[in-house]
Amino acid sequence: MMADIFDVYLAEAIISGILLGGVLALLALGLNLIFGVIDVTWICYAELIMLGMYALYYFYSVFGLPMWVAAPACIAIVAVLGLLLHYIVIAPLLDAAPINQLLATGGVLFFLQSFATVAFGIDFRNLGIRLPVLALGEMHFSYARLLAFGAALAGMVVVYLFMTRTYIGTAIRAISQDRQIMALMGVDTRRLYLVTSAIGGALAGLAACLLVLQYDVHPFVGLSFGPITFLICVLGGLGNFIGGFVAAFLFAQIISLGGLYSDLEWGYVLAFAFFIVMMFIRPAGLLARRQ
Amino acid sequence: MNPRHLLWAVAAVALVALPFVYRQPYHLHVLVLILIWSFAYTSWSVMGRFGLVSLGHGGFMGVGAYVTALLWNHLGMSPWLGIPISLVCAGALALIVAYPCFRFRITGHYFALVTLALSGIVLQIITATRDLTGGSLGYTPERTKGSGLAALQFVDKETWYLIALAVWAVGIAIWYWIDRSMIRYAMEAISEDEDAAAAAGINVTAEKLKITVLSAVMTALAGALYCQYQMFISPDTVSGISVSLQMVFAAVVGGIYVALGPTVGAIITIMLAEGLRIGFGTKAVGWDNLVYGVLLVVFIIFLPKGILGSLLARMKSSSKR
Repeated sequence: MMADIFDVYLAEAIISGILLGGVLALLALGLNLIFGVIDVTWICYAELIMLGMYALYYFYSVFGLPMWVAAPACIAIVAVLGLLLHYIVIAPLLDAAPINQLLATGGVLFFLQSFATVAFGIDFRNLGIRLPVLALGEMHFSYARLLAFGAALAGMVVVYLFMTRTYIGTAIRAISQDRQIMALMGVDTRRLYLVTSAIGGALAGLAACLLVLQYDVHPFVGLSFGPITFLICVLGGLGNFIGGFVAAFLFAQIISLGGLYSDLEWGYVLAFAFFIVMMFIRPAGLLARRQ
Repeated sequence: MNPRHLLWAVAAVALVALPFVYRQPYHLHVLVLILIWSFAYTSWSVMGRFGLVSLGHGGFMGVGAYVTALLWNHLGMSPWLGIPISLVCAGALALIVAYPCFRFRITGHYFALVTLALSGIVLQIITATRDLTGGSLGYTPERTKGSGLAALQFVDKETWYLIALAVWAVGIAIWYWIDRSMIRYAMEAISEDEDAAAAAGINVTAEKLKITVLSAVMTALAGALYCQYQMFISPDTVSGISVSLQMVFAAVVGGIYVALGPTVGAIITIMLAEGLRIGFGTKAVGWDNLVYGVLLVVFIIFLPKGILGSLLARMKSSSKR
């Protein structure tokens, strides 16, 4: 009897881990895209998502727009924010030391967090939507998480198609392979960087729409999934899309299974510890070729 | 004795004499905070100036503060013993994280992100062991009655001012000592080109480890001091990513390539925060960080040497002309 119950929990934890992995993979994809193409890490990536969560909250709950208007509007707003971030902060620093770019986006992180505190207050807010719970045998999954998983996968497929099937997508992939040559080939790198930033922002916007279905939004919500996103990207190898995808699911399983045996925080501690051990074993990322 | 030395001596005497002539408790309190944080920021810049940008110093500070307080509350161990133990812990933690980083040539972005993970871990562990550490609600070392030398608890601000001043002075001295040592040349060579430095006979990993452990231990001392002075610590004030970023911010604004840069950064940030708090009260929540954020971006774009650094550079170039 004990064993039966245990196994149901284990199965539920594993499937929860997969569902979480989908969303984490979406987060990592946006960051990886920016890093792979522009060679910059947006430390403030999670804060863009936080603003997106507020945007959806205001559109849907305060202004009462229907969801099919509110969600695209939210994605568009965060895409514009990504564009502005590149135009105002990153573009002047493109030739500066990489670490300066990192610190500048750290400044943006501070700014966005306190901007949200000042503008929206520190109260926790949520959409107030209670999606039904799917019972599968003895396991329970909320539709919010299933929807998030499905939408995250769909978003990733769209980005994949965009990158492989369109002219701009091809150009973006080419520029991530060789920055100098592409400029010599007559490609306007500045425009491509702006397009990439907008796509990165849009991905953050999509993630925001999915996360706000499950979690309350507050000015510091970015801190709860920002660090984990960076770890996933580094673990997968910064700029390595497939590595990031694999790492996201690995991390999600560790968090989910770790949380099964004790508190959720210990799941995170385990994930962090796993990360540091992996840095010993595979410092250049999970899928990096051995030199 | 040339006039430069005389100036230094007068400044030192003035700093030491200050609490004996001027006893306004609030102002002394702000000064103590400035000195403790200046020391923490200086500790960061000891390694930050060589391009080793760590976002994990919040973690080291947390270790310093929490280990000292936990040993005192649970084992009754005096901070005089607890602080050295906490420093050893922080040093060991720095070794564990930094060794693989340096051994496997994790630099720049990657190093910053790995250390970011470190401050995340420390924060999560403090929160997860809430039965022991009080979690996110914070933690208070048990008070002794009145001033206790053995417990390193003092009621009067003057004593704390002198302690903080002494520690801060040691921090500046360490900065100068590194500035004039061989480590500096080795580290500068390494930050330019690791392969070339290794070819020139520098043990790259060992040199980087030395400076990292030194910086971590100093930061932990700042954390322990902060804990003993404030008698209250919480994961948000002494560990975590925001503390790490704040250190980087203050050091960059003041100037990481000059000895007193981090101190200037601390003066600016703390005066700004306190000024806003007094001027606007609770309405000011968030405004200080708003200003920090904008300043950080503006400084990195337009004034990467920091306020003091740029000022000194300008004075130097004008005196040459």
